[in-house]
Amino acid sequence: MTALLEASGIRKKFGTREVLRGLGLTAGRGDVISMIGASGSGKSTFLRCLNFLEHPTEGQIAFAGAALTCRRDRLGDLVVADEAQLRAFRARVTMVFQQFNLWSHMTARENVMLGPIRVHGLSKAEAAERADHYLARVGVAHRAAAYPGFLSGGEQQRVAIARALAMEPELMLFDEPTSALDPELVGEVLRVMRSLAEEGRTMIVVTHEMNFAREVSNRVIFLDQGVIAEEGDPREVLRRPSTERLQGFLAAQAA
Amino acid sequence: MINWTLVREMLPVFWDGLQMTLILLIASAITGLLLAVPLAVARAARSRWLSWPAFGYTYVIRGTPLLVQLFIIYYGLPQFGLIRNSALWPLLRDPWFCAWLAFTLNTTAYTAEIFAGAIRTTPPGEIEAARAMGLTRAQVFRDVFWPGAWRRALPQYGNEIVQLMHATALASTVTIVEILRVGRDVYTNYLVIPESFGLAALFYLGLTVLLTTMFRLLERHFLRHLDPRASATPAQAEPRKAPLHA
Repeated sequence: MTALLEASGIRKKFGTREVLRGLGLTAGRGDVISMIGASGSGKSTFLRCLNFLEHPTEGQIAFAGAALTCRRDRLGDLVVADEAQLRAFRARVTMVFQQFNLWSHMTARENVMLGPIRVHGLSKAEAAERADHYLARVGVAHRAAAYPGFLSGGEQQRVAIARALAMEPELMLFDEPTSALDPELVGEVLRVMRSLAEEGRTMIVVTHEMNFAREVSNRVIFLDQGVIAEEGDPREVLRRPSTERLQGFLAAQAA
Repeated sequence: MINWTLVREMLPVFWDGLQMTLILLIASAITGLLLAVPLAVARAARSRWLSWPAFGYTYVIRGTPLLVQLFIIYYGLPQFGLIRNSALWPLLRDPWFCAWLAFTLNTTAYTAEIFAGAIRTTPPGEIEAARAMGLTRAQVFRDVFWPGAWRRALPQYGNEIVQLMHATALASTVTIVEILRVGRDVYTNYLVIPESFGLAALFYLGLTVLLTTMFRLLERHFLRHLDPRASATPAQAEPRKAPLHA
């Protein structure tokens, strides 16, 4: 079985500062991978390199067995050479952001409809039906006509998840999806994510939620100073961390 | 006392003046908007080669009185033989064309600044979310970037249009018979204020009411996303809780 997403040798320099120093990751279908690490460890940058929102300085990414052909931009970083290939790739790998990034002038339903209409060529009616389906799936169907500015953080993030789901992606990337939420709203978003994992969806999640990493993911990756310091089965890795860095990190999280 | 007979007699002349004011306003507002959008994009661009010339233009225009700009175009340009002999001369000889040109250049500068501000305040995350979904650059521009920027600019743009309408009164100085010029003519002939400048002021006030109402309706439509009523869910209306310990 070929891996769904395969990234290798990912490096990223901001000027002279190297924040990613040669990272690799392989996600098979159905994998739920949690990326943990202190702030500044590079986990969000790494996640954003996976769909080229951030341009890696070095490295290779292959999706469903096909490598993305890259060229260098003016700064010397890698960008996907063929814009159409990049768009097709991104349509199959959607992302959920820390700050939700909903389009503020569109209702929740319109937010979910836009991608399927523009990328998959759905009619408005088909897209609305699909949007209502996924809004119901994440439990915000009753807010479909509301604008993002009047949704709670938890509702906004669930709409954003519905927006990503409506693309019917093969892989979903989550960039600290609960970090911008009030504590009492974290649970509703995590419950949705847990149910997505139980559906067998492939997910890569940058998170600070150790319980989610432990209970939902089948692999955990601990990043430290731009390298993977430890990875493996979360029950193993989180219970018996072999590096001092991870021990320290987990102790700080528990405190 | 107001001479109502004179008012009735002058109303058709004012009506003609009103039409001239409206034509000047609409013509300069449309060309101004068309020129301002690309200028605003240049003004907000990261490249200095684009943003600096655009800034230079808006700075000079906003830094000088519109009346001076109008005089330079109307009286100044014909001083040059080159212009008098050029193909543009028949146009530049026409006061209407000169007024339209001056108002267009002026409102372009102000409108470009308004839109540039709206562009600069685009939330980067909204653009990123659209790109991350596989939308093309053109789709991102049309569906996310422009609708957002246009909505942020709308309230200020409405003010600019009202100001442009008031500024069209300057056209009276270059022989164009619009509302103010009609008022002035009535004053010169009859030496009465209410029936001349007073009536002109009423016409401007009426136009202001019309324009602000129009923009209020536009805002009600385009800024629904800022209106709590548009997002209220009637089915799930907040139940009025009775206090437990009244």
